[in-house]
Amino acid sequence: MKRDIEYYLRREAFPHIWCAGCGNGIVLGAILRAIDDLQWDKNEIAMISGIGCSSRITGYVDFCTMNTTHGRALPFATGIKMANPEMKVIVVMGDGDCSAIGGNHFIHAARRNIDLTAIIVNNMIYGMTGGQYSPLTPSGRFGTTAPYGNIDQSFDLVKLATAAGASYVARGTVYHIRPLISLIKKAFNKKGFSVVEIISDCPISYGKMNRMQSAPEMLKWIRDSAVSSKVWENLSEEEKKDKYVIGEFLDVEKPEYTELYAMVVERAQKLEVGK
Amino acid sequence: MSKLKGDIELLQGNEACVRGALLAGVRFFAGYPITPSSEIAEGMARLLPRLGGKFLQMEDEIASMAAVIGASIAGLKSITATSGPGFTLKQENLGFAILNEIPCVIVDAQRGGPSTGLPTAPAQGDMMQARWGTHGDHSIIALAPSTVNEVLFLTIRAVNLSEKYRTPVILLLDEVIAHMREKVRLPLPEEVEIINRKKPTVSPEEYLPFKPEQDGVPPMANFGEGYRYHFTGLIHNQKGLPTTDPQEIDSLIRRINDKIQANIKDITFLENYSLDEARIALVAYGSVARAAEGAVKLAREKGLKVGLLKLLTVWPFPSEEVNRLAQQVDLIVVPEMNLGQMVLAVERAVGGKCKVVSYSRVDGELITPLEILEKVEEEIIKK
Repeated sequence: MKRDIEYYLRREAFPHIWCAGCGNGIVLGAILRAIDDLQWDKNEIAMISGIGCSSRITGYVDFCTMNTTHGRALPFATGIKMANPEMKVIVVMGDGDCSAIGGNHFIHAARRNIDLTAIIVNNMIYGMTGGQYSPLTPSGRFGTTAPYGNIDQSFDLVKLATAAGASYVARGTVYHIRPLISLIKKAFNKKGFSVVEIISDCPISYGKMNRMQSAPEMLKWIRDSAVSSKVWENLSEEEKKDKYVIGEFLDVEKPEYTELYAMVVERAQKLEVGK
Repeated sequence: MSKLKGDIELLQGNEACVRGALLAGVRFFAGYPITPSSEIAEGMARLLPRLGGKFLQMEDEIASMAAVIGASIAGLKSITATSGPGFTLKQENLGFAILNEIPCVIVDAQRGGPSTGLPTAPAQGDMMQARWGTHGDHSIIALAPSTVNEVLFLTIRAVNLSEKYRTPVILLLDEVIAHMREKVRLPLPEEVEIINRKKPTVSPEEYLPFKPEQDGVPPMANFGEGYRYHFTGLIHNQKGLPTTDPQEIDSLIRRINDKIQANIKDITFLENYSLDEARIALVAYGSVARAAEGAVKLAREKGLKVGLLKLLTVWPFPSEEVNRLAQQVDLIVVPEMNLGQMVLAVERAVGGKCKVVSYSRVDGELITPLEILEKVEEEIIKK
């Protein structure tokens, strides 16, 4: 039975803290529509987040939720999943949260291939603290701490997650909503560590510093810079500049961590320890 | 390690900690290798899966503290073990556990510091880190065993206290207690008192996860049991949702402090040695308490009226008992393997009622009974 997404919200937690035009609401809607399509029981879902604007998402949804410390959502989620493998554990992080302070946790969660879904809301900036550049701010762009242009290389989370050992890796945007919902659904259904990076907009902190003053301008920029993976392959390096590729990049089957640990328990219980 | 229970065994402190935790019902460990606590992780890796429990070696100390909190929320009694440098890294999520009232135990096998310090030498330099290492106003329970047998029983108590008061409990070992071997009689499971967190008695619709009962402690529903609610590192209301209401903020901060202070009698464990008619008291804890006990014997042989108050609970500090002691004796000597950390709490409790002196050692060597005796005699001559 299809439900209105309000069914999944904590009404008493509203109004939300997000600015008008922020992509976080679109992400929230997409996640809840994916959950509704899958008809998951609310009692089985744990949604865990770190620190940042997008991480406030966990306060608004009617699941078992946790708004943890900065960058640490994945290890908290790992503890929950290990203790109760029956739970469906979703982790929502921002770009700074996931790839800077939480970068180590991100690669190790992927390496373990533990059955969590990591959703990274990438608005390419530290929005909550006022617009400092993050590891996902493209080179040459501006932030309050990169007033003369960002000289850092940015991470490619898709490549990072793939190399680190994830089972499913995709990238969507807050402009391409229907495809985004399907990517999230596939990630939720994947047994193993699944990653969906979502290119999102922050007109207040990123837009203003980068000549995109409004949400519509930012969404147009997201639309015009996104290239599907099929098209991407045939682009020259010059053509790829200032563009990003969206779609599905990895979908493999391999042993999942809690299942492997169940085998450890079995082995330990058969053996007399010390022999 | 052939059997789990009911035996007399020669155990290392760290091994006794593992056994105590398992007897207390711990079924989850997450940690990161660090000297001198690694044997706890190794023991857990071997024994937990045999009991159907879970062991995780995480990517760092921060992650292991996070995983322990996550597992506790999902319903498993959880523990981690570390030493000073790792304890420093755990402070961030320790604060999260305090604010969110998550039962868990953190073992800190202390070594010389600051920084990497003296990885294989004992120290008691983390006493204040245990009390105030994480930011903001908070209370904490910290226990400090001085024998391997005490490690076993205080680990069980630590787990029980964490469940009873919904709070992290710190178990402060030091390198000597962690690595020394002593005879221990392992209790049978039926001899072990087990305390479990209070469960809600109301329906999920009525449940307020941070509404305290009379004892200041709210009942706790585990994730996955049909109660959906929110944890946050932000200051929260009784529903668990963020608040900026001054009254709600005030009542939460005071409650998480008061629930420990109000129950200090239940939390405090002390031991007295030859304190009857004593004129001079030693106040000591951890491996130094062993030397202090030796010093008391030497002093009594010399006819000096010296006794020992051994602190097994160091935080919350047993101020009332120490104050009472100050009314009986003329002098309190506090020997510590630090530059004088707990002596500050002793002075505060004594409130000028008797003289308090510190004896400290920070060279990575144990304090000996003779040194303590010499300090006592030096003070007697001064009078």
